[in-house]
Amino acid sequence: MKIFLAFVKKEIYHIIRDVRTMIIIFGIPVALLLIFGFVINNDIKNAGIAILDNSKDNHTIKIIHKITASGYFKINVDINSVADIEKAFRTGKIKEVIIFENNFGRNLEREKNATVQIIADASEPNTASLLVNYTSKILNEYLYSLTTNVRPFQINQQVRMLYNPDLKSAFMFVPGTMAIILMLISAMMTSISITREKEFSSMEVLLISPLKPLQIIFGKVTPYLLLSVINIITILTLSYFVFKLPVAGSIVLLLAECVLYIIMALSMGIMISTVANTQQVAMFISMIGLLLPTILLSGFIFPIENMPEILQYLSRIIPARYFIVIIKNIMIKGTGFLYVWKETVILLGFTLFFLFISLKKFRIRLE
Amino acid sequence: MLPIIFVIPLIQLLILVYAATFEMKEIKLYIVDKDLSPVSYQLTGAFSGSPYFKIIDKSFSVEKAEEDIFKNKADLVLIINSGFEKKLYKEGKAEVQLLINAINAVTAGLINAYSGAVLADFNKKFIEKEISYSDPKNIGSINITSSFWYNPKLNYKIFMLPGILVILVTIIGAFLTTLNIVREKEMGTIEQINVTPIKKYQFFIGKMLPFWIIAIFELAFGLTLGKILFDIPVVGSIGLLFGFAAVYLLVAIGIGLFFSTFANTQQQAMFVIFFFMVSFVMMSGIFTPTESMPLIAQKINYINPFYYFMRAIRMILLKGSTLIDVLPEILSLIIYAIIIHSLAILRYRKVAR
Repeated sequence: MKIFLAFVKKEIYHIIRDVRTMIIIFGIPVALLLIFGFVINNDIKNAGIAILDNSKDNHTIKIIHKITASGYFKINVDINSVADIEKAFRTGKIKEVIIFENNFGRNLEREKNATVQIIADASEPNTASLLVNYTSKILNEYLYSLTTNVRPFQINQQVRMLYNPDLKSAFMFVPGTMAIILMLISAMMTSISITREKEFSSMEVLLISPLKPLQIIFGKVTPYLLLSVINIITILTLSYFVFKLPVAGSIVLLLAECVLYIIMALSMGIMISTVANTQQVAMFISMIGLLLPTILLSGFIFPIENMPEILQYLSRIIPARYFIVIIKNIMIKGTGFLYVWKETVILLGFTLFFLFISLKKFRIRLE
Repeated sequence: MLPIIFVIPLIQLLILVYAATFEMKEIKLYIVDKDLSPVSYQLTGAFSGSPYFKIIDKSFSVEKAEEDIFKNKADLVLIINSGFEKKLYKEGKAEVQLLINAINAVTAGLINAYSGAVLADFNKKFIEKEISYSDPKNIGSINITSSFWYNPKLNYKIFMLPGILVILVTIIGAFLTTLNIVREKEMGTIEQINVTPIKKYQFFIGKMLPFWIIAIFELAFGLTLGKILFDIPVVGSIGLLFGFAAVYLLVAIGIGLFFSTFANTQQQAMFVIFFFMVSFVMMSGIFTPTESMPLIAQKINYINPFYYFMRAIRMILLKGSTLIDVLPEILSLIIYAIIIHSLAILRYRKVAR
C-alpha cells in the first residue's frame, strides 16, 4: 500500500508539472460552459433584412418602424427593385426580404386585404422559419392594433414551460458538458498516459518494479479520478453562481452518480490503452470512438429523437447518454434514485464490461 | 494515415450530417380535450394535420399528460378546458393551454413557435369563416406569402453539410500538421532536421505542403460524397470555392504550425487544438447565427478562421456568391495567414536555439 501511494504521488506530480495541460484541463470546462451559456442560442437578434416598399404609405412606414423597433431585425441593405433582391442575398448581409405590394395601405383600407411577400434565406433553415414567424407576428399585431374593438373569436394561448420556465439553456448544456469533460479527462487522458509509457518502453521498467500490474494501472488512474472530481465541483459551482442552476435533487446522489461515471470512463480508458500501442492510435480511438459520439449521439446538444433510427440505436451504446439522463433527472426534475436506477445499472454494466476486457487483455500481454 | 484520410470524411459526413440536427421533426403532442365540441375537434384536427406534430395520446387527465412529459414520452400538451367553445362564441375569446417540456430550451422555443403558428393560422381561418366580408367587425387581413429561397424544403442537411466540410479540412490541415511536428519533437527526430542546413521557412513549407494538398483533396472527396449522398446544391463556382479553401488552409495549417511551437508532447498538442477547435467551431455560426451572439463573441470571431470559411462556403455553395461577395472574407484570411505564419516562424527559431 505504501509503495502504491508513492506511485500515485509520482503520477500526480507528473500531471501537475505539465502546466499547459493543467490549464487546458481546467480551462475547457469553463470555456465550454461560457460558450454554451452565452454564445449558443437560437434567439434572433439583429438579423439583417431588406425591405422593398412599393407603396410607401402611412401603413407601411408604421409597420417598418415596428419591425425595426422589435430588436429582431436590422435593415442592412437598401433595395429598390426586385432585381436587387438576389444580389443582396448573395452578399450574405441579409437573411430576409419583406416586399409590400403597390398601394398596400389603400388595399388594406378599402379592399380589407393587402399582400406582403416574405422571402427568407433558407440556407439557414431554422433561422429562416423563425424570421418568417416573427415577421408574420408583427404584421398581424399591427393589423389588430388598427381596431379599437375587441377582436372577435380570439383564441389565446397560455404557455407553461415545464421544469425550465425561463428557458435557460443551462439545463441542457451543464449535464452535457459534465459528460464530455469527464470523458475527456478520464478516458482520453488515461489512455494516452498509459500508452505513452508503452511507446517509450518505460512500461517495462514499471512492470519489473515491486508494484503489481493492477497497482500500476490503479496508480495511473487515481490522479485522474481526483482531477475529475475537482472538475465536477468546478462545473457545479460555476453553473450555480453564473447560470443560477440549482440542484433540485440530492447532491450526494448526484456526486455518487458522477463518480460511477468517472470510474466507467476510466475503465474505458484502460481498455483503450490495452488495445492501442502508440499515443496517436489511442488519441484517434478516443477522439472518434469516444469524444465525437459523446458530443453528437448522447443527446447533449442534439435531441436523440430527431435522429434517424439507426443512429438512435447507436446512441444506446453511448454511456454518456445514460449519464445525461441521470444528471438531468436529479438536477432538474429532482427525482430520487428510483427514477434513475435503470440507467445506473446500465452504467455499472458498462464499467464491469470494460474492466473485464482490459483485465483479460492485460494478462495476455504480460505473458 | 491513409485510412484516416478516407475514413474520417465518410464517418463525419454520414454521422454528423444526420446526428447534428436541430431540425424539428414530429413534436410529440398529448391532447387533453375536455370540451369535445366541434371547434375543439377542428382545433385538434389542425394540429394532427400539421406535419410537425404527432399525436401520441389523448385523455381527459392533465396529470396523466404531465406524467408523460415527465417520462419524456410527450414534448407538448394541449389542454382545452370544457366550455371552450361556449366561451369563444359568448365572450369572443377563449384560452387553450400549452405545456411544453422546456429542459431543452432551444427545442422548447421552436415548439412554442410552431404551435403558436398552428393556433394563429387556425384562429385566422376561423374568424374568416365566422365573419362575413361585409360585417363591420371585419378589420381586414394582411395576406402573407412566404417563400424560402436556396433551400425551399428547409432541409437541414443542406445547411449542415458545408459546415461539416469546413471541420473536415481543418482537422486534416491543423490537427495532423501539429501532431506530425510535435511527434518529431517528442521522438527527438526534429534535432536531426535542425542540424541540417535547411532553412526554417523551407522546413515549414515542406511540412505544410503535403497536408495542404491532402486537405484540398479531402475537400474534393467530401464534396463529391455530399453530392452523391445528399445531393447538396452547388450553385456557385467550384473554382472560387477551392481558391477560397486554399487560402483558408494556409491559415488553418499556420495555426497548427504555431501551436506546434508551444507543445512538447502530443498529449499537450492534442488538448490545445481540441480546446480551440471546439470553442471556435461553436462560435463560427455552424449552428446558430453569429449576429445573435453577444458582442464580445462577435469580436472574438474576427480571429476565428472558421467564421470566415463557414460564411463563405455556404454563400458560395448554396447561394452562388461571387468573388466580389466574399472578397472581405478572402482579404481577412490572407492577412491572417501572413500574420500567423510570421508568428510561427518567429517562435520556431527561438525553440531551435
